[in-house]
Amino acid sequence: MAEPRVRVPSTVKQGEIIEIKTLLSHPMETGHSRDVYGKLIPRYIIHTFTCTYNGEEVFRADWHPAIAANPYLAFYTVATESGHLRFEWIDDKDTVYATEAEITVV
Amino acid sequence: MQYTITCRTELLSRRTLLQRLGAAAILMVMGPAGAWATQEAVQQAIRQLIGAREPQPGGVTLRLPKIAETGNSVPLTVTVDSPMTPEEHVLRIHVFVEGNPEPVAATYHLGPRAGKAEVSTRMRLARSQTVLALAEMSDSSVRSGAASIVVTLGACVEEVWGN
Repeated sequence: MAEPRVRVPSTVKQGEIIEIKTLLSHPMETGHSRDVYGKLIPRYIIHTFTCTYNGEEVFRADWHPAIAANPYLAFYTVATESGHLRFEWIDDKDTVYATEAEITVV
Repeated sequence: MQYTITCRTELLSRRTLLQRLGAAAILMVMGPAGAWATQEAVQQAIRQLIGAREPQPGGVTLRLPKIAETGNSVPLTVTVDSPMTPEEHVLRIHVFVEGNPEPVAATYHLGPRAGKAEVSTRMRLARSQTVLALAEMSDSSVRSGAASIVVTLGACVEEVWGN
Protein backbone atom coordinates (compact mmCIF):
# COMPACT_ATOMS: atom_id res chain seq x y z
CA MET A 1 0.00 0.00 0.00
CA ALA A 2 1.41 3.30 -1.03
CA GLU A 3 1.94 5.77 1.75
CA PRO A 4 -0.24 8.86 1.80
CA ARG A 5 1.62 11.99 0.77
CA VAL A 6 1.17 15.36 2.43
CA ARG A 7 2.86 18.71 1.91
CA VAL A 8 2.95 21.00 4.90
CA PRO A 9 5.37 23.94 5.31
CA SER A 10 7.82 22.96 8.06
CA THR A 11 8.53 26.40 9.54
CA VAL A 12 5.97 29.19 9.51
CA LYS A 13 5.13 32.41 11.31
CA GLN A 14 2.51 32.42 14.04
CA GLY A 15 -0.95 33.07 12.64
CA GLU A 16 0.05 32.40 9.05
CA ILE A 17 -2.50 30.73 6.82
CA ILE A 18 -0.85 27.65 5.34
CA GLU A 19 -1.89 25.50 2.43
CA ILE A 20 -1.87 21.74 2.96
CA LYS A 21 -1.80 19.40 -0.02
CA THR A 22 -2.55 15.71 0.32
CA LEU A 23 -2.60 12.74 -2.01
CA LEU A 24 -3.48 9.10 -1.44
CA SER A 25 -3.42 6.12 -3.80
CA HIS A 26 -6.88 4.59 -3.81
CA PRO A 27 -9.08 3.13 -6.57
CA MET A 28 -12.21 5.01 -5.40
CA GLU A 29 -14.52 2.49 -7.06
CA THR A 30 -17.86 4.23 -7.56
CA GLY A 31 -20.10 1.18 -7.25
CA HIS A 32 -21.63 2.10 -10.60
CA SER A 33 -19.13 0.58 -13.02
CA ARG A 34 -19.07 -2.99 -14.19
CA ASP A 35 -16.33 -5.51 -14.80
CA VAL A 36 -15.76 -7.24 -18.13
CA TYR A 37 -18.45 -9.80 -17.26
CA GLY A 38 -21.05 -7.12 -16.67
CA LYS A 39 -21.00 -7.61 -12.91
CA LEU A 40 -21.21 -4.48 -10.75
CA ILE A 41 -17.93 -3.66 -9.03
CA PRO A 42 -18.79 -2.93 -5.37
CA ARG A 43 -18.32 0.60 -4.10
CA TYR A 44 -14.92 1.07 -2.50
CA ILE A 45 -14.11 4.68 -1.75
CA ILE A 46 -12.53 6.89 0.88
CA HIS A 47 -15.59 8.35 2.60
CA THR A 48 -13.94 10.44 5.30
CA PHE A 49 -10.79 12.52 5.56
CA THR A 50 -9.83 14.38 8.71
CA CYS A 51 -6.99 16.69 9.64
CA THR A 52 -6.26 17.26 13.31
CA TYR A 53 -3.85 19.90 14.61
CA ASN A 54 -2.38 18.90 17.98
CA GLY A 55 -5.39 16.68 18.53
CA GLU A 56 -8.04 19.21 17.50
CA GLU A 57 -9.95 18.70 14.28
CA VAL A 58 -9.40 21.61 11.89
CA PHE A 59 -10.75 20.18 8.64
CA ARG A 60 -12.90 17.25 7.57
CA ALA A 61 -14.16 15.99 4.22
CA ASP A 62 -17.08 13.63 3.57
CA TRP A 63 -16.65 12.11 0.16
CA HIS A 64 -18.97 10.37 -2.29
CA PRO A 65 -18.18 8.44 -5.49
CA ALA A 66 -17.80 11.67 -7.51
CA ILE A 67 -14.25 12.09 -6.18
CA ALA A 68 -11.61 10.90 -8.65
CA ALA A 69 -9.35 7.92 -8.02
CA ASN A 70 -6.16 8.66 -6.05
CA PRO A 71 -7.86 11.53 -4.25
CA TYR A 72 -6.00 14.83 -4.14
CA LEU A 73 -7.07 17.41 -1.62
CA ALA A 74 -5.79 20.88 -0.84
CA PHE A 75 -7.08 23.08 1.98
CA TYR A 76 -5.91 25.71 4.45
CA THR A 77 -5.35 26.07 8.14
CA VAL A 78 -3.98 28.71 10.49
CA ALA A 79 -0.59 27.94 12.02
CA THR A 80 -1.43 28.47 15.68
CA GLU A 81 1.36 26.65 17.49
CA SER A 82 4.19 24.21 16.94
CA GLY A 83 3.21 20.58 16.98
CA HIS A 84 1.95 17.88 14.72
CA LEU A 85 -0.74 17.57 12.13
CA ARG A 86 -2.38 14.20 11.71
CA PHE A 87 -4.15 13.17 8.53
CA GLU A 88 -6.55 10.25 8.32
CA TRP A 89 -8.40 8.71 5.42
CA ILE A 90 -11.06 6.04 6.05
CA ASP A 91 -12.43 3.81 3.29
CA ASP A 92 -15.43 1.51 2.85
CA LYS A 93 -13.47 -1.47 4.24
CA ASP A 94 -12.76 0.58 7.38
CA THR A 95 -9.10 0.75 6.48
CA VAL A 96 -7.48 3.81 8.01
CA TYR A 97 -4.61 5.42 6.13
CA ALA A 98 -2.78 7.86 8.34
CA THR A 99 0.23 10.08 8.27
CA GLU A 100 1.60 12.92 10.37
CA ALA A 101 3.60 16.06 9.73
CA GLU A 102 5.54 18.27 12.12
CA ILE A 103 5.17 22.01 12.04
CA THR A 104 7.34 24.64 13.75
CA VAL A 105 5.76 28.00 14.45
CA VAL A 106 8.16 30.86 15.12
CA MET B 1 -26.98 9.69 -28.28
CA GLN B 2 -25.21 7.72 -25.61
CA TYR B 3 -21.96 6.09 -26.59
CA THR B 4 -20.93 2.87 -25.02
CA ILE B 5 -17.22 2.66 -24.65
CA THR B 6 -15.40 0.56 -22.13
CA CYS B 7 -12.21 1.95 -20.71
CA ARG B 8 -10.57 -1.47 -20.75
CA THR B 9 -8.31 -2.71 -23.44
CA GLU B 10 -9.41 -6.23 -24.08
CA LEU B 11 -9.80 -8.29 -27.17
CA LEU B 12 -13.42 -8.96 -27.83
CA SER B 13 -14.52 -12.02 -29.70
CA ARG B 14 -16.87 -11.36 -32.57
CA ARG B 15 -19.69 -13.01 -30.64
CA THR B 16 -19.16 -10.90 -27.53
CA LEU B 17 -18.89 -7.81 -29.61
CA LEU B 18 -22.15 -8.54 -31.39
CA GLN B 19 -23.88 -9.34 -28.10
CA ARG B 20 -22.65 -6.08 -26.66
CA LEU B 21 -23.65 -4.09 -29.69
CA GLY B 22 -27.10 -5.62 -29.41
CA ALA B 23 -27.29 -4.68 -25.76
CA ALA B 24 -26.03 -1.20 -26.58
CA ALA B 25 -28.68 -0.76 -29.24
CA ILE B 26 -31.38 -1.67 -26.75
CA LEU B 27 -29.92 0.73 -24.22
CA MET B 28 -29.77 3.51 -26.75
CA VAL B 29 -33.45 3.06 -27.41
CA MET B 30 -34.21 2.97 -23.72
CA GLY B 31 -32.06 5.97 -23.04
CA PRO B 32 -29.91 6.60 -20.02
CA ALA B 33 -32.86 6.97 -17.64
CA GLY B 34 -31.80 6.17 -14.12
CA ALA B 35 -28.12 6.69 -14.86
CA TRP B 36 -28.08 10.31 -13.71
CA ALA B 37 -29.38 12.05 -10.67
CA THR B 38 -32.70 13.71 -11.40
CA GLN B 39 -33.42 17.32 -10.54
CA GLU B 40 -35.68 16.04 -7.78
CA ALA B 41 -32.86 13.94 -6.36
CA VAL B 42 -30.59 17.00 -6.36
CA GLN B 43 -33.25 19.14 -4.67
CA GLN B 44 -33.86 16.39 -2.13
CA ALA B 45 -30.14 16.14 -1.35
CA ILE B 46 -29.94 19.93 -0.96
CA ARG B 47 -32.88 19.93 1.45
CA GLN B 48 -31.36 17.09 3.44
CA LEU B 49 -28.12 19.00 3.88
CA ILE B 50 -29.27 22.60 4.41
CA GLY B 51 -32.89 22.17 5.44
CA ALA B 52 -35.43 24.76 4.40
CA ARG B 53 -32.89 27.59 4.12
CA GLU B 54 -32.81 29.36 0.78
CA PRO B 55 -29.33 29.72 -0.74
CA GLN B 56 -28.34 33.23 -1.80
CA PRO B 57 -26.31 33.29 -5.03
CA GLY B 58 -22.89 34.91 -4.80
CA GLY B 59 -19.84 34.70 -2.64
CA VAL B 60 -19.00 31.18 -3.78
CA THR B 61 -16.56 30.75 -6.68
CA LEU B 62 -15.92 27.48 -8.48
CA ARG B 63 -12.75 27.11 -10.48
CA LEU B 64 -13.45 24.37 -13.01
CA PRO B 65 -12.17 23.92 -16.57
CA LYS B 66 -14.69 24.88 -19.25
CA ILE B 67 -14.00 21.72 -21.19
CA ALA B 68 -12.63 18.39 -20.01
CA GLU B 69 -11.51 15.72 -22.45
CA THR B 70 -12.43 13.00 -19.97
CA GLY B 71 -14.46 13.21 -16.81
CA ASN B 72 -12.18 10.89 -14.86
CA SER B 73 -10.18 13.54 -13.05
CA VAL B 74 -11.37 17.12 -13.31
CA PRO B 75 -9.76 19.69 -10.99
CA LEU B 76 -12.22 21.75 -8.95
CA THR B 77 -11.47 24.54 -6.50
CA VAL B 78 -14.24 26.07 -4.41
CA THR B 79 -13.59 29.42 -2.73
CA VAL B 80 -16.00 31.18 -0.38
CA ASP B 81 -15.75 34.88 0.45
CA SER B 82 -15.42 34.97 4.20
CA PRO B 83 -13.04 36.57 6.70
CA MET B 84 -12.92 33.19 8.52
CA THR B 85 -12.92 34.78 11.98
CA PRO B 86 -14.50 33.17 15.07
CA GLU B 87 -17.46 35.56 14.57
CA GLU B 88 -17.90 35.10 10.86
CA HIS B 89 -16.80 31.95 9.04
CA VAL B 90 -17.83 29.12 6.78
CA LEU B 91 -19.06 25.99 8.53
CA ARG B 92 -19.52 23.65 5.59
CA ILE B 93 -19.17 23.55 1.83
CA HIS B 94 -21.34 21.10 -0.12
CA VAL B 95 -20.62 20.17 -3.73
CA PHE B 96 -23.42 18.84 -5.96
CA VAL B 97 -23.01 17.08 -9.31
CA GLU B 98 -26.41 16.98 -11.02
CA GLY B 99 -25.04 15.03 -13.99
CA ASN B 100 -23.67 12.13 -11.96
CA PRO B 101 -25.58 9.09 -10.71
CA GLU B 102 -25.32 10.42 -7.13
CA PRO B 103 -26.12 14.11 -6.58
CA VAL B 104 -23.74 14.85 -3.71
CA ALA B 105 -20.01 14.87 -4.42
CA ALA B 106 -18.54 16.09 -1.17
CA THR B 107 -19.08 17.98 2.07
CA TYR B 108 -16.19 19.90 3.64
CA HIS B 109 -16.29 20.90 7.29
CA LEU B 110 -14.37 24.06 8.03
CA GLY B 111 -14.23 26.57 10.83
CA PRO B 112 -12.34 29.65 11.94
CA ARG B 113 -9.17 27.55 12.16
CA ALA B 114 -9.22 27.02 8.39
CA GLY B 115 -8.08 30.62 7.88
CA LYS B 116 -9.19 30.55 4.27
CA ALA B 117 -12.36 28.98 2.86
CA GLU B 118 -10.85 27.26 -0.14
CA VAL B 119 -10.80 23.55 -1.02
CA SER B 120 -9.38 21.82 -4.09
CA THR B 121 -10.01 18.26 -5.28
CA ARG B 122 -10.31 16.31 -8.48
CA MET B 123 -13.76 15.27 -9.54
CA ARG B 124 -15.17 12.39 -11.50
CA LEU B 125 -17.87 13.71 -13.83
CA ALA B 126 -20.17 11.40 -15.76
CA ARG B 127 -21.14 13.97 -18.41
CA SER B 128 -21.39 17.70 -19.19
CA GLN B 129 -23.14 19.46 -16.35
CA THR B 130 -23.34 22.35 -13.91
CA VAL B 131 -21.48 21.81 -10.66
CA LEU B 132 -23.13 23.55 -7.73
CA ALA B 133 -21.52 24.52 -4.42
CA LEU B 134 -23.36 25.67 -1.31
CA ALA B 135 -21.64 27.27 1.66
CA GLU B 136 -23.21 27.17 5.10
CA MET B 137 -22.09 30.26 6.98
CA SER B 138 -21.76 30.74 10.74
CA ASP B 139 -24.72 33.18 10.74
CA SER B 140 -26.79 30.24 9.34
CA SER B 141 -27.16 31.84 5.92
CA VAL B 142 -26.36 29.76 2.84
CA ARG B 143 -24.47 31.08 -0.20
CA SER B 144 -24.30 29.40 -3.58
CA GLY B 145 -22.14 29.33 -6.68
CA ALA B 146 -22.05 27.21 -9.82
CA ALA B 147 -19.90 26.45 -12.85
CA SER B 148 -20.67 24.61 -16.07
CA ILE B 149 -18.39 22.17 -17.77
CA VAL B 150 -18.43 20.29 -21.05
CA VAL B 151 -17.18 16.73 -20.64
CA THR B 152 -16.24 15.15 -23.96
CA LEU B 153 -15.95 11.60 -22.63
CA GLY B 154 -17.59 11.03 -19.29
CA ALA B 155 -16.16 8.99 -16.46
CA CYS B 156 -17.53 5.47 -15.98
CA VAL B 157 -19.21 5.33 -19.38
CA GLU B 158 -19.37 1.57 -18.95
CA GLU B 159 -22.29 1.97 -16.60
CA VAL B 160 -24.49 2.29 -19.67
CA TRP B 161 -24.15 -1.47 -20.07
CA GLY B 162 -26.17 -2.21 -17.01
CA ASN B 163 -28.84 0.43 -16.96
